[in-house]
Amino acid sequence: MEMLKESYPVAANDMTCAGDVAAKIKRRIKQLGVPAGVVRRVSVCTYEAEINLVIHSCGGRIDLEITEEHILVHVCDTGPGIRDIDKAMTEGWSTASSAVRAMGFGAGMGLPNMKRNADEFAITSEVGVGTDITMIFHI
Amino acid sequence: MLVSEFERLSGAACLTGAYDDREIACGYTCDLLSHVMGRGQADMAWITVQTHMNVIAVAALMDFACVIIPEGLPVEAAILAKAKEEGIILFSSGQTAYALSALLAQNGVLSARKG
Ligand SMILES: Nc1ncnc2c1ncn2[C@@H]1O[C@H](COP(=O)(O)OP(=O)(O)O)[C@@H](O)[C@H]1O
Ligand SMILES: [Mg+2]
Repeated sequence: MEMLKESYPVAANDMTCAGDVAAKIKRRIKQLGVPAGVVRRVSVCTYEAEINLVIHSCGGRIDLEITEEHILVHVCDTGPGIRDIDKAMTEGWSTASSAVRAMGFGAGMGLPNMKRNADEFAITSEVGVGTDITMIFHI
Repeated sequence: MLVSEFERLSGAACLTGAYDDREIACGYTCDLLSHVMGRGQADMAWITVQTHMNVIAVAALMDFACVIIPEGLPVEAAILAKAKEEGIILFSSGQTAYALSALLAQNGVLSARKG
């Protein structure tokens, strides 16, 4: 299988189509015959990443790279960045607005969910610049 | 337990019309979406008071057996249309989330585990 690369933009604040990119990515990798367990883990991670782009960032994108051995999901945005990554990675820690919390978001479990479900997880962030997450899933 | 058995025993109304029957593998009752993502697995029955578009997105993404809205909470037509489009089986019940969870458990449906 040749390496396949795709990129999906995610707009900030648009709750109506939040989850659409994760759904597209799921359809894509299912189509390619990726095992169900991997599809599930990629779905959890891309969904959480997409929601974070919508509710916390100024907008960004999700890049998908598929080879025979792995699926790589790269998430980046244009700010505002995360001041304290250790805190952000703590279960239950969230800066989500009350409006978003009322909808069931902002449980502070998104980044921990991503870390648990990806085989490899790396996050870097710079305040005023943006956040960058790379997740790898072995097939 | 089959989805149709849940429908018969609970008296819940299926808001999305006719469906292909399927097995309920496990159950989970929660309104925080990241907790649901953390536990979510294919064929899970999900009980929640949330009734917005993202409930359908989560259920479709995780291939849940059905979504059950307790206490007769209203569901907007746009949400029903989206659920039908995505093939999500959506129930509405006058019972509480507690009673519905108990009914699933009494019929052998275990709690979803952390994935
Ligand atoms: N892309 C991002 N840009 C800026 N801040 C972010 C981003 N992703 C996460 N964060 C910060 O990290 C916190 C924890 O994120 P997460 O674990 O997904 O929980 P939640 O989204 O429920 O708040 C967020 O509340 C937010 O402060
Ligand atoms: Mg989050």
